[in-house]
Order: sequence, then structure tokens, then C-alpha cells
Amino acid sequence: MSAVTEASPKALAPPPRGGVVQSVRDSLVVAKRNLIRMMRIPEMIIFGLIQPIMFVVLFTYVFGGSINIPGAPSGSAQAYREFLMAGIFAQTVTFATAGAGAGIADDMHKGLIDRFRSLPMARGAVLTGRTLADLVQTALTLVVLAAVALIIGWRTHENIGSVLAGFGLLLFLGYAFSWIGALIGLIVRTPEAATSGGLIWLFPLTFISNAFVPVNGMPSFLQHVAEWNPFSATVQAARELFGNTIPGREASVTGAWPMEHPVWASLIWSVLIIVVFRTLAVRRYRSATA
Amino acid sequence: MPGAIYAEGLVKTFGDVRALDGVDLDVPEGTVLGLLGPNGAGKTTAVRVLTTLLQPDSGKAFVAGIDVLKHPNEVRRNIGLSGQFAAVDEYLTGRENLQMVGQLYQQSAKAAKARAVELLERFNLTDAADRTTKTYSGGMRRRLDLAAALVVSPPVMFMDEPTTGLDPRNRQQLWGIIEELVAGGTTLLLTTQYLEEADHLAHDICVIDHGQVIARGTADELKARTGGERVEVVVHERDQITPTHDVLAGFGKGEVMVAQHTRKLTVPVTGGAKLLAEIIRELDARGVEIDDIGLRRPTLDDVFISLTGHAAEEGRANGDGPGDGTTAAKSARPSDTITDPKESAK
Repeated sequence: MSAVTEASPKALAPPPRGGVVQSVRDSLVVAKRNLIRMMRIPEMIIFGLIQPIMFVVLFTYVFGGSINIPGAPSGSAQAYREFLMAGIFAQTVTFATAGAGAGIADDMHKGLIDRFRSLPMARGAVLTGRTLADLVQTALTLVVLAAVALIIGWRTHENIGSVLAGFGLLLFLGYAFSWIGALIGLIVRTPEAATSGGLIWLFPLTFISNAFVPVNGMPSFLQHVAEWNPFSATVQAARELFGNTIPGREASVTGAWPMEHPVWASLIWSVLIIVVFRTLAVRRYRSATA
Repeated sequence: MPGAIYAEGLVKTFGDVRALDGVDLDVPEGTVLGLLGPNGAGKTTAVRVLTTLLQPDSGKAFVAGIDVLKHPNEVRRNIGLSGQFAAVDEYLTGRENLQMVGQLYQQSAKAAKARAVELLERFNLTDAADRTTKTYSGGMRRRLDLAAALVVSPPVMFMDEPTTGLDPRNRQQLWGIIEELVAGGTTLLLTTQYLEEADHLAHDICVIDHGQVIARGTADELKARTGGERVEVVVHERDQITPTHDVLAGFGKGEVMVAQHTRKLTVPVTGGAKLLAEIIRELDARGVEIDDIGLRRPTLDDVFISLTGHAAEEGRANGDGPGDGTTAAKSARPSDTITDPKESAK
């Protein structure tokens, strides 16, 4: 051990800047840390990609010929392909929930949250940093997925600005859902539990929606549920922004407001989810115990 | 004026368990307090409260003169935390870990970078600086963990079982670092299950059990309180245990303890070296072959066993001798809490 020549133990941490500047800075420091981690565990990203790619291929070729899109020629595989993609994209972004949950639970488990909580850093920064890193990962996943979709015949019919806006709404939804994951990660005690806890409720949520099949075939009660489902609003909005809806067809079966104004509905739902779950997660973080 | 670490009447309950049941602490600036106790005694809970990680149900706590409950973020600027629950990121390199912690202590990126280089050098980690800490040995990880706690040279340090699980060489190394820190004026609260460690590092010792402080003082004061000296004999052959037992029973002031496996007999005595000489002559006369014999003063192990054993037997007649304490403690405590690291590590 080299000799210690510490002048004095009084060299304190610089005074916290406080406020928004410190919050942003601390969040970015934590986001950078999480991104470095992700790059060093490439298998996580790869497994994160396999599932949505499988869904794209399976749904397109297995269900594609059997599902009739109202207004489109019966059994039109191309119509279903275009209908499906917004749904698959939206489902994929919600999987960020599991990633954020598992990451936070792992940090709790390993004692890193204790380390962070003993530092003079902004309160929400550990969680914000994690959700920002997940946002980057989600964006990467979407790029790959969109490429696969294009290869198997998905086409957009709107200008590039509109298409990008569609992806923007999808990413925003994914970001909102990663806050749900952050809360789950703080509540459960193991990364495994966070992964399954982050996924099980996603299946009913994403299937009782307009994502994979038109809601026309559902019982009337489920039609209402599906069209008010926060998830459906983003799917519908993306579909419209991509130009993947059937021309001349009503957006909604039940006349639900979110289906008539999907872009607004998507934004409102995502903001609402962030406000509620960020508040709960930060509160939980402040009293977190490993 | 209260010390650099000061606590009064700390209470914390988890359901039915009173993890802290009215703990008072006062650690003068520049000194080391060893917080000693078995698993689940409340040591970690106390550290968590003092490092702002846990809100007590009641009580007061001040660290570096700052109210822990009112100004937690101010306290965080003044403390370093290391040990069993303040970890490093295994997918980051040593350097990246230290830089991140520095930045989160609100250092500029540049300052954090420079400080990381210094600390890596000081903790002998320069060669491993750019490897992920996943590849580090246990000792290296502990050193990095400690380095992370020292990023801002905090005036008050908390170490929760800093050497648990380390081999003797790494433990010695870490002790060296801790001694240097304290020589530099840092106030340190250290929890440990290793009495040798507390004996070696701590100015004052606080024994805690069931969330309460059951004894405090210097190592010498606690030893003196526990009782007098003992004679320890290790015989060469197992069949010599019985005659030796008879001899010791004659000279001793208490029950003779026998460890069959190690052929070691122990008896409390008064009379010092003169008595020891008499015992040796007597054993020699009976033809007992001795591997080792000596006069031992009580160790902190004896203190600990006697104290916690005593606490476990609350309400009964008190047997204060180390011998009685051993028996009581053995039935009441998991044996790993009374393991001497020197014995188990070698």
C-alpha cells in the first residue's frame, strides 16, 4: 500500500448545486453508468430483440392469412402486416418495464441503491438515470424491429415527419412504462421477481387492445375495455401516423374518445403514467431498504 | 460538545422486532468506535440510521454536528460509507466506479477523474483500473469499495463489517489503511464481529445486543471487567487430559474447560507466573508431556461471550466468570459469532 499523505480529512464534497441543474446532471451520470452496463451485457439487448422479432414473424405468417381487417380484402396478408406492426412496436416498448424493474431490483439487491442513497445526489436521479438508459435501449430495439418489419413487407404511407412522430409517441409510452417498472423493482426484492412482475400484467394489457386484432370481433364489454386501454391509444395513434389504417374506416367501434383522438389520448395517458408512477417510485426510493 | 457521531435514544422497530431499542452513542472527533455484537444485534440498523438510509422511529442523531433527520443531504456530504451493503458496480471498471461516485458527490467530471487516479494508486489498484470489477478478487473489491467511500475525504466514516470474508493478508492490509485514515484525523464508526479487529482498531468499544448497548469502554476496561487471567495447557497425548485436568482443578479458581480435539485445557487462576511455574512442575512430576502452556489475559472474545451470554440469561443467577459465560453463550448464540478470526483464518 502506498503511503497516505492525505492533507486533512476536511476536504468536503462541493456544496450541492441543488435544483434542476443537479437533477439533470446526476440523472445523466447514472444514465451513462447504465448504458455502459448495457453495452457490457450485450446478451440482454439481443434477447430483448429476439422476442419482438419472433412476434413479428409469427403473427405475420401464422395469423396473417386468417385475420380479416375490416374494410380490407378478406385474408389480405399485406393489410394485416401493416395493421400489426404498430401493435408489435407498442408491445415491444412496454417491455422496457421489465428491464427497468429488473435493473433497479438488481441494484437494490447488490447494495448499489444504498451506496447511491448515502451520496449527496438528487433524489430522483437514480431512477431517472435508469429510465433514460432504458429509453435509449428501447429506441435501438425499435430501429432494428422497424428494419425487420420493412424487410417482411411493412410499408408506411405518410411523410417522414409523421412516421417519426409515430415512433416518438411509442418511445414516450415506453418511457412512461419504465417508471412502472422502476416502482416494481423497488417493491420486489429480486431481479427475477421484477422481470416476471414486470411482464405478467403486460400480456392482458397488450392483448385486450387493438394491437393484434381489430376489436370488432371482441364481446361488446371487451370492446369498451380495449378502446379505453391506454395502450390502444398509442397503437391507434402510431397506426394513423404511419398511414397503416384502412381508408374510410371508422377509427372506433364503440365511439370511445381515445380512439377518435388517439394522438392526444396517447400523450395524456403517457404523461399521466409518468406523473403517478414517478411520484410513487421516488417516494419509495427515499425509504428503500435492501 | 457532542462528538463527531452522536446518537441519543435511537429506536427502530421492524414489525415486532426492536432492532434498535434506545441506543446512545458518542464518538469524539478523530477516534474510532467499534460497534460489536452478534448477527441481528442492531449494528447494521444503527449504521443505516446514522448514514441517512433509515429513519428511526424516535431519537436524535448528529453526524459532523449536523442533524441527520433534518439535513440528511448535508450529512451525506460529510460521510463515507463502506462495507457489506455499500457496493460497487460489477460491470463498471474500478476507474469508472470511482469517477461516478465522485460526480455524484458533486465533483466536476475533471476533479472526479483526477481523484480516481489518486485513489487507484493509493489502493494498489492502478493495474486493474480499467478492468470491470467483476474480475476483481474479494480483497480488491473491498479496497475499491473503501476507495469509493473516501472520494471526498469525508471527516466521518462508517464501515460495516469491512473485513468480513477477507483472508488474513487482505485483512491486515485493510487494517493498515484504516489506521492511516484515523491517524489523519478521520472519525470512524466500525461494526465488526471480529473482536480482534475491534481490539486492534478501536479506541472505544460498544457492545450491542437485542438493539441495546450492553457494555461500553476501552478494550482494556472491558477485559478487566470480565475477569482475571487463565492458564491454558495443550497436552501432547489425549490420554494425558485426565491427569492434567486433576492438576488444574487443584490450582484453579473455577471450572476446568476441556477441548478434546485440540487437547487444550483452560482454567481461571489467580497467582500469575508463580502459579504457572508450580503447575508446570506438578505436570512434569506426573509425566505429562506439554505441547504448550501459558498464562492468558482475557481476550475480547471472553468479554463478548460473557456479556452476550449474560444478556441471554437475563433474570437468572449470574455466573460472571468466563467459563460460565462460555457455556451460556454456546447454547444461546450461533457459534460463528464467537469465532476468533486468527484461529479460523490460519
